Amino acid sequence: MTKEEIKQAGTVVACKPRLLNDNTMHYCPGCSHGVVHKLVAEVIEEMGAEHIAIAIAPVGCAVMAYNYIDVDWIEAAHGRAPAIATAVKRLNPSRLVFTYQGDGDLAAIGTAETIHAANRGENIAIIFINNGIYGMTGGQMAPTTLEGMVTSTTPYGRRVDLNGYPLNITDLMARLPGTCYVTRQSVHTAPAVKKTKKAIRQAFENSMAGKGTSVVEVVSTCVSGWKMTPEKANEWMAEHMLEKYPLGDLKNVDNE
Amino acid sequence: MKGNEAIAHAAVRYGVDGYFGYPITPQSEILETLEELMPWDTTGMVVLQAESEIAAINMVYGGAATGKACMTSSSSPGISLKQEGISYIAAGELPALIINCMRGGPGLGTIQPSQSDYFQATKGGGHGDYRLIVLAPASVQEMADFVGLGFDLAFKYRNPVMMLADGVVGQMMERVKLPAPRPRRTDDEIARTCPWAVTGRPEWRKPNIMTTLELVPQAMEDHNKHLQEKYRLIEQNEARCEEHFTDDAEYLIVAFGCVARICQKAVEEARAAGIKVGLLRPITLWPFPAGEIKRLSKQVKGILVVELNAGQMIEDVRLSLDEIKPVHHFGRMGGIVMDPDEVLVALKERFEL
Amino acid sequence: MKEEIIIAGFGGQGVLSMGKILAYAGLMDDLEVTWMPSYGPEQRGGTANVTVILSDAPISSPVLNSYDTAVILNQQSLDKFESKVKPGGTLIYDPYSIHHAPTRTDITIVPVDAMEATFELSSSKSYNMVLLGALIKVRPLVSVDAVMRGLKKTLPERHHHLLPVNKEAILRGMELPKL
Repeated sequence: MTKEEIKQAGTVVACKPRLLNDNTMHYCPGCSHGVVHKLVAEVIEEMGAEHIAIAIAPVGCAVMAYNYIDVDWIEAAHGRAPAIATAVKRLNPSRLVFTYQGDGDLAAIGTAETIHAANRGENIAIIFINNGIYGMTGGQMAPTTLEGMVTSTTPYGRRVDLNGYPLNITDLMARLPGTCYVTRQSVHTAPAVKKTKKAIRQAFENSMAGKGTSVVEVVSTCVSGWKMTPEKANEWMAEHMLEKYPLGDLKNVDNE
Repeated sequence: MKGNEAIAHAAVRYGVDGYFGYPITPQSEILETLEELMPWDTTGMVVLQAESEIAAINMVYGGAATGKACMTSSSSPGISLKQEGISYIAAGELPALIINCMRGGPGLGTIQPSQSDYFQATKGGGHGDYRLIVLAPASVQEMADFVGLGFDLAFKYRNPVMMLADGVVGQMMERVKLPAPRPRRTDDEIARTCPWAVTGRPEWRKPNIMTTLELVPQAMEDHNKHLQEKYRLIEQNEARCEEHFTDDAEYLIVAFGCVARICQKAVEEARAAGIKVGLLRPITLWPFPAGEIKRLSKQVKGILVVELNAGQMIEDVRLSLDEIKPVHHFGRMGGIVMDPDEVLVALKERFEL
Repeated sequence: MKEEIIIAGFGGQGVLSMGKILAYAGLMDDLEVTWMPSYGPEQRGGTANVTVILSDAPISSPVLNSYDTAVILNQQSLDKFESKVKPGGTLIYDPYSIHHAPTRTDITIVPVDAMEATFELSSSKSYNMVLLGALIKVRPLVSVDAVMRGLKKTLPERHHHLLPVNKEAILRGMELPKL
């Protein structure tokens, strides 16, 4: 059976979204990025928003996100995506503008841009991939690295007396009056994937409705940086990461 | 009005889409005047006080990537902070206007006028092989006019333009004729004239992607070659300068910006004393008017380069010559502005007149 | 005609705005003008000065080292600028805040009791307008009418009710110089 025949037969149970192209992803097998990319593509497609979507890519593992989702993209300098999104949205208010950033990009070098864009209540959505490590550069400590966690720059584990505490920047953003929706999700189980998709949809709709800044943190795995199999990484994440970064909505003005 | 105020008025009238800035002396009047003018109610121009110079230049990068006419302004230390973003804008071939109202450095330095960012503006500043078109205004009128000229050049060549002003032209007031107001470009015009713009993808085209990343070395070299070809074209077409009393000059003063005005008075005084000296004022610092200087160098006995720095433009003057002629420098630093008498004394001393 | 003027005193005495109104008056009389201030923290209490050039031809340097006319409001400024008045030039000063009077004999020196006169006026803020009146009496570079139009142009509309008070100060200032 060809692809077309399968589609016509109405027996499709899962399908790659049209906006996700056929380029081979550079992500490691088991990496959460691939799943989140698919969700972003699906949501844009379902909203019929590809002609108005402007996405801002980070520096980090997702630096080439623009190679995989067929919408218009701007590649940002490291950490500056929220500043770029600010200008893009203000100059093009009819557009769906979102950033896609990792923890080093958003919570270390880009902290000022992140906090101030959220505090101004820019009508943008921020998708924040938190895997507690610098993936792209080879597994160094991130601001979100857990206490005791081994990375290439904390070879004996993160020590708070040397390296400070893990930064929970999403909690911080939830406290800013400019944010309308702040949620923490994950993609390590099928139900979690569904919830994350719903959260992304909500964030994008908020952006178009002009409600303020929406933040969707996705607690993620880094199989290479963590040096684990995909399966083990999912287990380790559920066991350790979720304690420091518990899942659920931190803020939703629609429910208040 | 003040030079800085003239920039703000000219920006609104030119139909600029976005201004993003951060306060720093001596250029804060640009942001202040724009906030007072409230152009968002009239032309729809976006004006935003950013959280930092870094955020401001990246806002310009983002806005420019969508085809909009965007600008920022700052003074020396703030311009240093913007360098990463400027490199990205140059690499991405985005049109943008960056204003540096120079103050004395290095470091936090002084808030007084200076020209010590000549190297930074004309030779790079940020990383990578790139060039900015650099305009050097010498009057309040030019502060206003170069907003329009800057954007025209920026869009013509898809290249960032820097207006390299200083505390004198920023803070001084003179008569100015503002350009006639014109509407901002519509989204249709942008889509037509900037097919590269990131605007949201209509079904009929591939995604527009504004990136400066290229991991394949050959592709990166090709991009560099393309940039260099463009820069050669700009060098051929856009070098601008102004001459005073050069026809019969036996000595030549080369100076830019406010210093050219000071030197003009020195030239008038020298002429009154019987010294045949002329003045060449580069209006574009890059591309540098090397051809004009080369032509005049054959006629004069020597050249005096006058700058508010330790000797920066003098290197480009020397590179312009194809025969050995004495080229001397006179500069003040740290925010001190020379007066015309000092220039005259320096001219007489250097050439034993 | 070309007149190169320095106005110098303490920040807050209205030095910069006096220069600004003079420059605008020049514009009203169709002259070329430049107004070049000292700027920065000096604006807030230190010494402040402004160079104003009025000319019927385009002006080259806005930065000068010698002046046709100096208007001096405090001792530091007198110490700094007395020697920079061109021979044959004019120095106007207010003795109120001057301890050592100017000594040069090759320039015209005009003391103007502007502070004293201001105390008698209805607005204590019009000190700089009294001095401006004295200046245009000693050096009739621009007309009173042009000064008033310049003032109207520089004053925000909400302050236009102050125009008569300022005119009174300018006219009072014009009576002060003993020529």
